[in-house]
Formats: sequence, C-alpha cells, structure tokens
Amino acid sequence: MNTLKLINNPLQPGSESPLLRRGLGEAFISIQHISKSYGDVQAISDISLEVQKGELFGLIGPDGAGKTTLMRILMTLLIQDKGSATMNGFDVIKDYKKIRNMVGYMPGRFSLYQDLTVEENLNFFATVFKTTVAENYELIRDIYVQIEPFKNRLAGKLSGGMKQKLALSCALIHKPEILILDEPTTGVDAVSRKEFWEMLKNLQQKGITILVSTPYMDEATLCNRVALMQKGKVLDIDTPAKLVENYTRKLYAIRSNDMHRLIMDLRLYEKTDSAYAFGQYLHVTGKDDEVEATEFENFLMKKDHENLEVFDIQPTIEDVFMNMMNE
Amino acid sequence: MSKNKSQDTGFLPPLSEGAGGGLKVIEVHNLVKKFGSFVANDHLNFDVYQGEIFGFLGANGAGKTTAMKILCGLSSPTSGEAKVAGFDIYKETEKIKRNIGYMSQKFSLYEDLTVAENIRFFSGVYGISPADRKEKQDKLLKDLGLESAKDSLIGSLPLGWKQKLAFSVAIFHEPKIVFLDEPTGGVDPITRRKFWDLIYEAADRGITVFVTTHYMDEAEYCNRVSIMNAGRIEALDTPKNLKKQYSAKNMDEVFLKIARNTE
Repeated sequence: MNTLKLINNPLQPGSESPLLRRGLGEAFISIQHISKSYGDVQAISDISLEVQKGELFGLIGPDGAGKTTLMRILMTLLIQDKGSATMNGFDVIKDYKKIRNMVGYMPGRFSLYQDLTVEENLNFFATVFKTTVAENYELIRDIYVQIEPFKNRLAGKLSGGMKQKLALSCALIHKPEILILDEPTTGVDAVSRKEFWEMLKNLQQKGITILVSTPYMDEATLCNRVALMQKGKVLDIDTPAKLVENYTRKLYAIRSNDMHRLIMDLRLYEKTDSAYAFGQYLHVTGKDDEVEATEFENFLMKKDHENLEVFDIQPTIEDVFMNMMNE
Repeated sequence: MSKNKSQDTGFLPPLSEGAGGGLKVIEVHNLVKKFGSFVANDHLNFDVYQGEIFGFLGANGAGKTTAMKILCGLSSPTSGEAKVAGFDIYKETEKIKRNIGYMSQKFSLYEDLTVAENIRFFSGVYGISPADRKEKQDKLLKDLGLESAKDSLIGSLPLGWKQKLAFSVAIFHEPKIVFLDEPTGGVDPITRRKFWDLIYEAADRGITVFVTTHYMDEAEYCNRVSIMNAGRIEALDTPKNLKKQYSAKNMDEVFLKIARNTE
C-alpha cells in the first residue's frame, strides 16, 4: 500500500543522524515501563519508548493497541498503574500543570465547542492559555487561513476536514513544544490525509516535537521513527526504513486474472506460508526462504491461472506488521 | 412489517438486462439530491450488476452518504430515477429495505444484546421463521468460529469479531444487495483482509456488494469502482481501466488525480 508516496523523503534534514536513528539523542518524551488496566482489561503493559526533540514519532496500530491510553497518560488525563513518564523533564503526575501548558493535544474525538463559532473556539483556547490569537497567529496561519472564510460558522456545522483543521489550530494556539495527535486521519479520505501530513511536516520544521497515532500502516513511512503496537504492547520501535530492512523473509508479489481463486489456490499449496491481498497483487511468503518464484509459478500454471505474474518484492510496513503479528 | 411469511423472494420484479447480459440490481438515472441550494448529488448515472463488488469511493463530503441513503430507501431524491432490486426508490422504499442488507462500522449490532439475541432480533425484523433461524444461526456461528461467543454481549467482543458478525447478520436474510459503509476501519491488517474473504464469498453466492472505503488497496479488490467528487461521479470503471485511463500505478494515484484536480 503506497498511499502517501508523494513525500519522498520523510526525514527532515538533520534527522538522519545515527544518534536519532538509534534513539540515543536527547529524550524529550520519555516513557518507562508504563502499564495501565481498566478492570480486567490490560490496556497497555510495560511500554517503554523515547521520543527525541524535534522528532515526528508515530504510534502505529489497530484499535485496541493502547495508543489512546498511552496518549491520555502523557496528557495527564489518566494515571498509569505502573511506570513513569516525563515530557521535557516534567513528570506526568507531579508536574501535570506544567505539562498541560507545554503540550498541545488533539483527541481522537472532535472535542471543541460545537455551539461556538470557529473564531470563538480559537479565542477561547487562546484565552485559557493566557495568550491571544494574534500573538501566535504565525504558527497556525497556514492551517487557519483555510477555515478563516468560515470563521463565523458554528464548529458543529463544519465538514470533517474543516473540523480537523480547527482542532489542530486550537491545539497549537498556545505555541506548544510538543504536539500529541490521537488518530487525526482516521476516517479521513486519502486526499485529506495527505494534506494533513503535509501540515504536520511543516509544524515539525517549526521545531515542534510531534507524537501521532494512526491505524493506517502506510502513514508510518511519513514518520522519523515509529512504534508498532498491538494489544497493549510494542512490537518494535525503529525508523520505517530500518523496520523494512529487518524483514528478512523472501516476499513475492503474485497476480493473475482471477485474484480470488488465486488466493484460495495459494492457501492450499503446501509450500505457501502466508498469502495476503495487497491491492492489485497478493503478497506471498513460502514455508521457508528456499521456495523459489518458479515453484509458485509452476503450481499456479497447473491450476490454469491466466496472465500470471510472480516476482520478488520489497516489503511495506504493513508486511512487517503482519509478520510480527504472526510471530 | 412483513405480511407475507414467504418473504418477498417470490414476488421480486424482473431485473433489466445490461448490454453485457448481466442483470442490473441497481439502476440510477439522472439522480439529483439538493439540500436548499446545495447540490449533494448532481445527476448520478450508473448501474450495478448482480454478484458484483462495486466500490463507491469519494472524498469526505463528495456525496456518497447522501446517495447511499437514497439507494437504501431512507431518503428521497429531488429528481431523477432509480431502482434497487427492481423496486422504485420513490414508491417502494419498504420493499427495498426488505431486500437489502446494510452494515456500517458504527451502527450495526446492539452492543448490549448477546450474539444470539442480535441474530434473533434481525431475523424477526426480516421475517425469518424461528425454525429457519435456528439452522442458519448454527451454520453462521460455525462458519465464523464464534460458537463459544453465542451468549456473549456484542460490546464485549473484539472489533474484528464484531465486524465479521455484523456483516454476516447483514446478509442473514439473503438480500439481493448488501451496502457496506466503511466496514473495515480500525482493525488490524490481517483482520481487514479476512473481512474481504467474507465479501468475496458473499459475491460468489450472487449477493451484490456495494462498498465504501478509505483504504485505496481495497479499491483494487472491487470489480468496478466509481469515484465521486463534489456531488458528481467523475470516473467509473474497472480498477485496471481506471489506472490505464489516468496513467496511474495504482488506485491511490487515480483517486488523488480525480479528487485533487477538481476543486
């Protein structure tokens, strides 16, 4: 899935230093052995990760991975059962007031005042943080100009894309050093998603450290580093390039004229380990890495598949994630 | 609601035949829907054939939901004509509702009822006899591997199970068409792919699948795809032809070209 390929090099200048790649720079957000349960449900268990200053860091995973819980703990809205976390050196429990002044937060659900206008919402958040819209206008200008023509409209009457831009403006109006965004692109169409990531890139260039969560695996490639998460645990943390590099299995792309029959046939083949649909191709792994492309080809030709194509392919983050899920 | 116990199967009107010989399960001609001066659907024209997986794509606010509501018999168009399962969308909305299935990510099953209670409820709504229900329910739970969850509350199930179940319940009464509104949001990549196995199986059984999604790889799994922008259908064809027409590598590029160039 190459949904967001247009930004070719997601890493900003300077962020390619080996220090950052290994995560050994200055930890601006530090999460150490955090666990949290709701009754019997273990939402996150023993999560540790560090985000460097100026980094665009992604929490990538499906619903139930624990992304929101982790963010709410960082935002001082929830208290962890175990472990500790700091942001810019401030403890999420002891120094919660300092953190709230320093961090901008966009929750997963639209949580602005629906019965205030666009402008009123923005003024409200500026006032709460003892600042003015004029003072920090520069930071939000690129985003806010897109909704400014509708500044007298009630927030509840905005379209999805406009709500998203307003929420981001409100999260930025106190000039935070850290921005925490909980699934800002969920349910958003491919075009608006791309535009949103371009906005994030611009904010990163202004020096804001960004922690963003998403269930869309393809968005991982737009982050400097990511944590792949599932069921309250971190599967791996690394740069997107490194995660793909560490995937050592042989992966084939296969297609034919009848894709549904193709996947059924491949699943019955004794040399197939996994066969999953990836857009116009199937991504297939063999039981071991000795299985050659020609073996798949011969097997499928016997099954009368027409216009058959079998070739080696580089994995995507989604392949990496699925492989880790199966381990 | 259902007066005739035998369901409507025996009373279905004949479907018209398309140029290629396929039967048209949905026919839409010059469909317009206005809200005040805002044109949400601007002269839509398309047909969907029996057993087809039809992808209904578009940016947020392009008019997909409005069109789907009309096709499901929940809203009347301002002008134009359309038939769903052979029934008229102005006069026969109740018959349409009985012959379609609907599933969205948000509103599908009752969270505070058990799996079995949900099946019983929807069977009642669609006029399935208790004897038929029992047999079909056992098969459904066995096929999905959910026998052990029969008496669990829906709210307590993992999202992936809920989605599988919601889909199976939506086609429990063997509708002509099932409408799926972003059915796969939020689940992990393996569960998302397993969901598409269910879609293919339903299509193989002759159920027409009308699906919206924001995952562009899923657009590739559809037989044909329409892409809406600002109330109009800008493109409609097989994924293969669309990629050719827009000189694009994949459906994502096609989508970006269409939804971005027309402000």
